Amino acid sequence: MPDPVLAIDNLRIEATTHPPGEAPRTAVLVDGVSLTLERGRVLGLIGESGAGKSTIGLAAMAYGRGGVRLTGGSIRLDGQEIRLAAPGALRALRGRRVTYVAQSAAAAFNPAKRLMDQVVETCLTHGLADRATAEARAVDLFGRLGLPDPGTIGRRYPHQVSGGQLQRVMTAMALCPGPDLVVFDEPTTALDVTTQIDVLAAIKGAIRGTGVAALYITHDLAVVAQVADRIMVLRGGRMVEEGETGRIIHAPREDYTRALVSVRSIDHAEKAEAPPVLSVRGVAARYRGVPLDVLADVTLDLPAGQTLAVVGESGSGKSTLARVVTGLLPPTRGRIAFAGRPLSPDLAGRSKDDLREVQMIYQMADVAMNPRQTVATIIGRPLEFYFGLKGEARAARVRELLDQIEMGQGFADRYPAELSGGQKQRVCIARALAADPRLILCDEPTSALDPLVADGILKLLLKLQAEKGVAYLFITHDLATVRAIADRIAVMHRGRIVRYGTKSDVLSPPFDAYTDRLLSSVPAMRQGWLEEVTAGRRPEAGGR
Amino acid sequence: MHPVVTLVARRVALGLILLWAASVLIFVGTTILPGDVAQAILGQSATPVSLANLREELGLNEPALTRYLDWMGGVLRGDLGTALTNGEDIATAMGRRLGNTLLLAGVAAAIAVPLALLLGIVAVRFRNRWPDRAISTVTLAAISVPEFLLGYLVIYLLAVQWRVFPSLAAVYDGMGWAETLNAIALPVIVLVLAVLGHMMRMTRAAILNVMQAPYIETAELKGLRPIAVIARHAFPNAVAPVVNVVTINLAFLVVGVVVVEVVFVYPGMGQYLVDHVSKRDVPVVQASGLVFAAVYIGLNLVADVVSILANPRLRHPR
Amino acid sequence: MRRMPPSALVGLVLTGTYFAAALLAPWIAPYGMAEIVGDSWEPWSATSWLGTDSIGRDLLSRMIWGGQTTILVAAAATALSFTLGSILGFTAAVQGGWVDQALSRGVDLMMAIPSLITALVVLSVMPVTIPVLIVVMGVLDATRVFRLSRAVAADIAAMDYVEAARLRGERQGWIVFREILPNALSPLVAELGLRFIFAVLFISTLSFLGLGVQPPLADWGGIVKENREGIVYGIPAALVPAVAIATLAISVNLVADWVLNRTASLKGGRGA
Repeated sequence: MPDPVLAIDNLRIEATTHPPGEAPRTAVLVDGVSLTLERGRVLGLIGESGAGKSTIGLAAMAYGRGGVRLTGGSIRLDGQEIRLAAPGALRALRGRRVTYVAQSAAAAFNPAKRLMDQVVETCLTHGLADRATAEARAVDLFGRLGLPDPGTIGRRYPHQVSGGQLQRVMTAMALCPGPDLVVFDEPTTALDVTTQIDVLAAIKGAIRGTGVAALYITHDLAVVAQVADRIMVLRGGRMVEEGETGRIIHAPREDYTRALVSVRSIDHAEKAEAPPVLSVRGVAARYRGVPLDVLADVTLDLPAGQTLAVVGESGSGKSTLARVVTGLLPPTRGRIAFAGRPLSPDLAGRSKDDLREVQMIYQMADVAMNPRQTVATIIGRPLEFYFGLKGEARAARVRELLDQIEMGQGFADRYPAELSGGQKQRVCIARALAADPRLILCDEPTSALDPLVADGILKLLLKLQAEKGVAYLFITHDLATVRAIADRIAVMHRGRIVRYGTKSDVLSPPFDAYTDRLLSSVPAMRQGWLEEVTAGRRPEAGGR
Repeated sequence: MHPVVTLVARRVALGLILLWAASVLIFVGTTILPGDVAQAILGQSATPVSLANLREELGLNEPALTRYLDWMGGVLRGDLGTALTNGEDIATAMGRRLGNTLLLAGVAAAIAVPLALLLGIVAVRFRNRWPDRAISTVTLAAISVPEFLLGYLVIYLLAVQWRVFPSLAAVYDGMGWAETLNAIALPVIVLVLAVLGHMMRMTRAAILNVMQAPYIETAELKGLRPIAVIARHAFPNAVAPVVNVVTINLAFLVVGVVVVEVVFVYPGMGQYLVDHVSKRDVPVVQASGLVFAAVYIGLNLVADVVSILANPRLRHPR
Repeated sequence: MRRMPPSALVGLVLTGTYFAAALLAPWIAPYGMAEIVGDSWEPWSATSWLGTDSIGRDLLSRMIWGGQTTILVAAAATALSFTLGSILGFTAAVQGGWVDQALSRGVDLMMAIPSLITALVVLSVMPVTIPVLIVVMGVLDATRVFRLSRAVAADIAAMDYVEAARLRGERQGWIVFREILPNALSPLVAELGLRFIFAVLFISTLSFLGLGVQPPLADWGGIVKENREGIVYGIPAALVPAVAIATLAISVNLVADWVLNRTASLKGGRGA
């Protein structure tokens, strides 16, 4: 029986950091992981950040980024032990028998060289083909991956090509030398939802077409279920569970796996009608110096105590809408009303109470908090600023808020740098709550978080809404989040609202073209979904 | 029109504006600030009559704008004025001296730039190991030390104790190449050391920045040999930042030259300027200041233009 | 967090020593600033630890008095450049708009000519007194401080927590002093050290060229100038002040490096 393409046994990976002025620290990134990958099969590595999946992916090429060292276990590529191989031997393997597709194609390409030069470089360096043959192979791959103008796209520079196209070119670059194994490191994570699906289908087609074996790394279980034959779940550098894709999704054995599978299946009952706390009428806006309207004719209502999800891709104008509502960008046309009263279009024209009633939570919690202030100071400032609370009264209220966000009293004296991603976002939520607002603007608050942590935040937001009757204007690009949390939905595309109404209305057919495309881009947690969707789709030319 | 052309044209225009503004600044600095030139020249014991006569002669009673326009008009025709102290034509006196200074700066640059690049590459290749630390320590010492210290240290060691080179850099017309190089060897060494310290730190940082870019990792993962990685992937992207660094430091060289020329009594622009500052010879100071400013602005202009040209996003727009 | 690497510790001790000597000069200098104690260029002895200078004054005493002048002039110039530069830099970053444009263009213009050249040009017409030197050096160096503080403030002002403060309705003053400034301190303090070094080198260079501190006052640069003839005869007297300048600059550099390295990234990464 032939050797498996990749056989990893009891792998141990460590990293040493040298903080300035302190003793060096060693951390264990991967501990005792074993896996086997047969020829022509796809293994999905799934886990949250810090799980070690990228580290293992790079270890398959015996590569460690930065101070990372492969300290124990064995890595056999086609029967050949490579963990401690000499640099010369490794150079012969890399780019020839095993290749790598990075997460960010924009950063992974040399900005100073044409695409074709970079794509055929491995074939030429390893002497696999002459220039003409290599280029022909590349053009063939471009076509198979669905790139426009496959004959001429190679002459462009990386910055002249869109993100989705660049990711496909990188896949072509990885497949060009005809390797035995390709490591895909979160290839679609950085792309827009609608582009993701096209690129995913292209990658799957190319893998099946060339019969290459692949390690597919991602944090999205629904995505990996579309391409992988087997899935391995990782957590904290250790393996949690491994098995055939179907079995993992439908009959997970471990609790952690079960949690990952059932992510985003939160639901809540639809609420009764209520008078709007926020009314936006015919708002248009543009940025200074840009002659184009970023928002055009936006009209929507947010009933008190409910959640209006504004969903769209990058460039849809949803973030601009948030800036208009907060007063940072006065609209060129239209009006905004808060609880029946007109709201001044400019921040400067709003009263302190107006400002208090509308609070905001940001996408990146790390930069939303002053790193030099303690949690108590951060949460306490709105209490002092709006209500004049000081001393013990303020401290008591801070304690109450910490309870409400489900964090213990010990956190009051910590600094943001000492908190995890989820904890940081909770503190930001507490800060917003401290002002006792009627409306909280949530600008993609869970987009930068891991799925399980994001789930926790969404559940917390729903709980707080039920308790306090606060309304949310929830901006997101993720439809699964929308399904979980929204009462009303507004779909935005290129600055306009293309669909608006209650959740059940918006999510039921018949759909307009854009919403249809958007909804069909969210991977379902079952195999075969990708084939169904792509059968009825044409890839959008020049998708982002 | 190709965006690169517009950008370059704009940058050149900016350079010219800066040069003009510098001339205004220099003129203002020497005429409008408090301090009576006539008094300074004739000294404390001058009589009011002689002061008045001198002021008339120097045209100090004309309005400032007229004087500025006269001066600028002359400069554009190639006439830099006449020195107050000895009446010689500034442009002629400067001509030879400028040549000497450029020779000194040029030779120093020709040695310092490749050396800084080499050391920068070595420092990055052996990052955080002993060669890097050794280079860092030496450069730290070099930038903490004023040029005149380096000058006298070098004179002390190489001219007095070990008698390798002459301690005074006397050059004159008609010298052969070998003799000239021998005479200027010490000042060149001092200049190289002074500039090397600053340049080395910056080239190391620029090269490190490029080497840590993700596309370098991609190249390594393709199995390219280290030479290929550096030559094909790092180098094209390092050109712009390195040129930038070099030019910033060449500008620094302009300043270092002044001190070095005084230490070694070298007949160049720096010596010329310093001498006449003490003598309060305003026309000479104005003219020299303008020339130095022009060289400085010109070098920075070249650096920016190279940066623009080396940027693939600008050469091949979307 | 008080663990300093040995290099920074050495730097701190040396800097402290120099500053202390500068302040205590009248009490610790063995002789007066202009006292003749022997022949020209005597070697070091029991009564004159560093020997004598070109006209027979005690070199050690001259060094201590000179150190006082050098350090105090440099410190005053740094204080001026720093205050001027950082206030204007912060204003430019926070106000934006035409204020920023005007200030930035003005600074660009001033930096179009090398500092030494500008200083020489100005000093050719102004009386060369200590206050004039301090003002000239302070204003010239303020341009660099302006650029740095503007960049630092602009970076911080772009952070979401500053926007959050603005949305809350906080006043401009609160935002600058409570949100921006505390996060700008580290790079600014490191820059303070670098500016001081530059001021020391600059005043020494000016004095060496005869255009800085005028006799009978002495500073280290001036002492080098007075003793430069001795070098050709193998007398190292001129090297002593030059070495003092260098060691002061190096020690402040070491401390500044340490402060800069302590600015650990306080932003976390992605995920749980």
